[in-house]
Amino acid sequence: MNWSAISAIYVFEMARFFRTIAQSLISPVLSTSLYFVVFGAAIGSRIDEVEGVSYGAFIVPGLIMLTVMTQAISNASFGIYFPKFIGTIYELLSAPINFLEIVMGYVGAAATKAMFIGIIILITSFFFVDIQIQNPLAMVLFLVLTCVSFALFGFIIGIWAGNFEQLQLVPLLIVTPLVFLGGSFYSISMLPPVWQTISMFNPVVYLISGFRWAFFGVADVHIGMSLLAIAGFTGLCLGAVWWIFKTGWRIRQ
Amino acid sequence: MPTILSIKDLRKAYDGGFEALKGVSLEIDEGEIIALLGPNGAGKTTLISTVCGITMPTSGSVTVAGFDILRDFRQARSLIGLVPQEIALEPFERVINTVRFSRGLFGKGRKDAAVEDILRRLSLWDKRDSQIRALSGGMKRRVLIAKALAHEPRVLFLDEPTAGVDVELRKDMWEIVEGLRADGVTTILTTHYIEEAEAIADRVGVINKGEILLVEDKDKLMARMGQKQLNVQLTTQLDAVPEALGGYDLTLGDEGWTLIYSYDTKSERTGITKLLTDVAGVGLQLRDVVTRQSSLEDIFVSLVKEPEGSA
Ligand SMILES: Nc1ncnc2c1ncn2[C@@H]1O[C@H](COP(=O)(O)OP(=O)(O)OP(=O)(O)O)[C@@H](O)[C@H]1O
Ligand SMILES: [Mg+2]
Repeated sequence: MNWSAISAIYVFEMARFFRTIAQSLISPVLSTSLYFVVFGAAIGSRIDEVEGVSYGAFIVPGLIMLTVMTQAISNASFGIYFPKFIGTIYELLSAPINFLEIVMGYVGAAATKAMFIGIIILITSFFFVDIQIQNPLAMVLFLVLTCVSFALFGFIIGIWAGNFEQLQLVPLLIVTPLVFLGGSFYSISMLPPVWQTISMFNPVVYLISGFRWAFFGVADVHIGMSLLAIAGFTGLCLGAVWWIFKTGWRIRQ
Repeated sequence: MPTILSIKDLRKAYDGGFEALKGVSLEIDEGEIIALLGPNGAGKTTLISTVCGITMPTSGSVTVAGFDILRDFRQARSLIGLVPQEIALEPFERVINTVRFSRGLFGKGRKDAAVEDILRRLSLWDKRDSQIRALSGGMKRRVLIAKALAHEPRVLFLDEPTAGVDVELRKDMWEIVEGLRADGVTTILTTHYIEEAEAIADRVGVINKGEILLVEDKDKLMARMGQKQLNVQLTTQLDAVPEALGGYDLTLGDEGWTLIYSYDTKSERTGITKLLTDVAGVGLQLRDVVTRQSSLEDIFVSLVKEPEGSA
């Protein structure tokens, strides 16, 4: 293991983040606050409680997940796409490192950034609603796993993308709908039965449900299923990364 | 000198089947400076990219100080520094950070003194805190060199280091390469400029269409192919070489105003004195006498020129 290289990539990527720290943080904090105003105050005044939790508090885990997933994907995909785009990838390819070390550097940095933003949102939400976290350990575990697995997914998108449009395509067409329909703002049990069944095919439902369980002890699906889902997704991404590593797909000609 | 880079029958076919390298073999000794000359599309960049790990070889083998570039890629690549043909740098990053990054990427611990030394050598120390985008093109090229040297490589590849670089910087660059040689660093550079090869290389390789046409000591090459020409400019126009001078290897040039005599600088007698006496003897008046040494350029052109009729 070339730890020096992993940390060089990590530090370099984090420096990019901190260089634009204001932008990196303002936008998620602002949009989260808006969600609180719109969903929490406007809609929440009509729905007072969901499964014994005030609506404002109920949406906090979903909001965090929503942001963390999109941030992890966009950071990781951009992180590896940018060197491809400007040509600096030559240095990664000629360095004494293997693909897994490259992945660890970029995915590690992207996951850290997403996590950072997730925590900021959690802190922001304390200003709006009253929340208690029943199972902090599980919460952290879900947060970390989500950050890492979605950063892995983003990394794969960044390797695959041939232009900036493609870079946006997957997050826009697949991830955003899945996340919005994944129960960020509602409980699956509030849906008509048909939609409840359809929702069960949405992997994000399991993640948000598990994360919410860590907060309030209420869940749409069993916590074991949630863990299985996140583990499965992580495994899938790792498998894809391994395959890219073996074949040099879209990296080395 | 031991061999540091050994390339054996290296082939590279890109996706789509185009064969950019058609069995290249090359042995490079430690500490030498070798220039690879070749026209656009000859395969110079492909050769370098394959050795450095940017593209995968289709077949053949490459070892660096005995380490196979695929099997022992870590050891092999640690020994290599690469300055790419195209400038590729993170625009918003600071000079010193990109150089530190390169050092770390190649597995070397942070050592500020080493980084400072490299930046000073490349006259970049004053610019260390500038963002890359605020540098001129020539400075960016220096940054690329600094990054390539950051991990103290034993073998340096310079892919057209002086393309688009002014005379001043070109001289600086040659000095840097000379300085590296003093430290025992082997340099492989590609170029279109014959003068560059003539100025700094120990050996010259000519590559065209994915094949190495020739690799030879520069001096030997110059000497071997190094014919000299004596141009005798006349005051009268001739339509044929006078019969009395038939014993010399003479041709007419400049529409008959000049007699061109080719001779070998290495031979004991060049025959110039006798020729000039005989020229005067047939009653020709000399206006001027010029000698011309054939350069690497002539050699290069004659090597890569399509043989008559094959095009
Ligand atoms: N990625 C690629 N895919 C397909 N063909 C390529 C690729 N890169 C280079 N080639 C082809 O391989 C041949 C050799 O290219 P290469 O870049 O090695 O030439 P070069 O000698 O470096 O030329 P130049 O002096 O212009 O830099 C060219 O015909 C080029 O079109
Ligand atoms: Mg080239």
